[in-house]
Amino acid sequence: MDRYILPEIPNYHKLEVYEEHGGYGALKKALGMKPEEVTDEVKKSNLRGRGGACFPTGLKWTFMPKQTTKAKYLCVNGDESEPGTFKDRQIFEFNPHMLIEGTVIACYAMGITTAYIYIRGEYGKWVKMLQKALDDAYAKGYVGQNILSSGFSTNIVLHKGAGAYICGEESALMNSLEGQRGYPRVKPPFPAQNGVWGCPTTINNVETICNAPLIINKGWEWYSKIGTPKHPGPILVGISGHINKPGVYEVATGELLTDLIYRYAGGVPNDKKIKAVIPGGSSTMILRGETIEGVRMDADSLKAAGSSVGTAGMIVMDEDTDLIRVITRIAKFYYHESCGQCTPCREGTGWLWKILKRFEAGDAQESDIDLLMDIANNIEGNTICALGDAAAWPVQSMIRRFRDEFEKRVSKSSSKNRASVPVAS
Amino acid sequence: MLTEENLKKAEEIRKKYPASQAALLPVLWIAQEQDGWISEEMMRYVGKLLDLPYGHVLGVVTFYSMYNSKKLGKYHLEVCTNISCMLRGSDKILETIEHRCGAKPGETSADGKWTVSEVECMGACGGAPMLSIGEEYYENLTPKKTEELLSSLK
Repeated sequence: MDRYILPEIPNYHKLEVYEEHGGYGALKKALGMKPEEVTDEVKKSNLRGRGGACFPTGLKWTFMPKQTTKAKYLCVNGDESEPGTFKDRQIFEFNPHMLIEGTVIACYAMGITTAYIYIRGEYGKWVKMLQKALDDAYAKGYVGQNILSSGFSTNIVLHKGAGAYICGEESALMNSLEGQRGYPRVKPPFPAQNGVWGCPTTINNVETICNAPLIINKGWEWYSKIGTPKHPGPILVGISGHINKPGVYEVATGELLTDLIYRYAGGVPNDKKIKAVIPGGSSTMILRGETIEGVRMDADSLKAAGSSVGTAGMIVMDEDTDLIRVITRIAKFYYHESCGQCTPCREGTGWLWKILKRFEAGDAQESDIDLLMDIANNIEGNTICALGDAAAWPVQSMIRRFRDEFEKRVSKSSSKNRASVPVAS
Repeated sequence: MLTEENLKKAEEIRKKYPASQAALLPVLWIAQEQDGWISEEMMRYVGKLLDLPYGHVLGVVTFYSMYNSKKLGKYHLEVCTNISCMLRGSDKILETIEHRCGAKPGETSADGKWTVSEVECMGACGGAPMLSIGEEYYENLTPKKTEELLSSLK
C-alpha cells in the first residue's frame, strides 16, 4: 500500500512541499461541495475513529445539529497518552498540514467556526511545530476568514494539556479545555447536544481527521476498498517492546500481527519466542503469543481474538518477560491516572496495584488471584468513563490467559500475616 | 507578577476562548515558563487575572502533573518507566541516574542540580528507553548514553 498519512516525502511538513504534492486540493474540492455532501462522503467511506473507540466518523459528524442558535465546536484530540501509542506525534512532526486541512474540512462539513486542537502537555516541542505550520496555513488563506474566497470562515486554536491521561477521554478533554480539572462527564448528554461551554461539540482523534482530505480527494469508494471492508483505510500501527525495529508503520487495516512483527518490524531480538502481545495500547486485553497466528490489525479480527484494536499500539513481550512485573506496572499507571471521581476506579485501581505488588514480591495468597478478578469485575461497567474498564481489562485478561504466572508467585509460607505494602503514589 | 510581556501574551490568549476560565491552563503555562514553577502567590495572582477563585486555580494546578507547585532542581530529569520503556531497560537508566546524580525518583539532589521523576508513557515507545528534560526528548538511551548526557549538562 502507498503511504498517505506519513508519506516518504522529504520536508512534507513544509507548506510549499505539501502544496507541490497536491496538498490543500481536498479542501478546495470540499469547499465546492455542500457541507452535507462532505459528511456523506466520510460516512460512506466507513472511516472509523483512530483514537481507541473505533466509532464511525461520518456517523458521529451527523450528530451535530444542523440548526442551532449556539456556536458549534470541533475538538481534535491530540492527547495521545495510551501506553504503547506514539503515532499522532508523527503527524504533528511530519504531516501537520494534512491535520490542518482535515480540520478545516471537518469544520466546513459541520458548520463549525472554531476548532481546538488539544495536544498533551509533554508534546510542547510538537505544539511549536504545529503552530508554525498553522501560522503558514493562515498566511496562505487556508484557515481564517473567507477561506479561498468560499465565504466559509473557521479558526483553529492550539491548546496544550498539562499532564493527565484522562484528558484523552472526550468529556474530560472538554472540561480540561474549559479550564477545569480533567473530570469526565456523565453521559448523556452527549457532546453533540451539550459539549464545551454548553454548545454542540464533536471530538475526533488527530489521525482520524487526517483521513478526511484523503477521502475527499479520492472518493469514498476508493477509500472503502483499502484494507478490511468494515474497518477500512490506512492505519498507523505502533510497534514497541521486544522488537528489532520499533516504530510507527503505516499499513492498510487487516495486516496480520505476525507480518507486522516479523516482516515490517524485524522480528524479536535474539530470535526469542513471543510470550505475549498487547495489540492496541495498554487498555486492550493481552494475548498469548501462540494465539496471534492469523489475527489481523482490524476491529473485528481483534475482537474475535479476545482483544481490541484500540490505538493500534502493539507491545511485544518475549519468552523471558516477567508478566507479573508488567501487569503490576500497568496497574500502577491506571492508579496514577484515575481522576478520582468514581469510587470503584479511585479505590479499585489502587487496591489492584497493592495486591499485584504482593505477587511481584512473591508474597501473595492463592485467594488473591480471585480477589484481583473480583475487584476488576466490580470496577468494569461501574464508572463514569472507560478508564475504569481500561484498568480492569488488562488484569482480567492476564489472569484468564496467564494464571500460571500468578500461581508461581503465591507465597510458599503458610503464614497468614504478611508485611503490609504501603500504597504510596 | 507576570512580566508585562507575559501579561500581554495572557490577554491575547484570553481572546481565543469564549470564557476566560478556559485561558487558565495556557496562562499557568506562561507563569511556569516564566518562573520555573507556580507559587501560591502566583496562583492567587492568576486567579485574580482571570476572575477565578484561588481554590479553583489550586485545584487545577494540583490535578495536572506537569504544573510544579514546588521549585525544582536546575535540570528536571523525567524518566519513563511504563511498559515499553521498562521492557527495553528503563531500570538501568534510573540506576545510572541515581548513581550519577545522587537522587532517586521524587528527589532533588543535595546540590540542587537535579530533580528526578518517574513519569508515565511519553509517546516515545519507538525510541525506548527515554527521558525528557523540559521539552526535549532523549531517546534510545543506554547507561553509557545517559552518562554522556548527564556529563554534558553543566
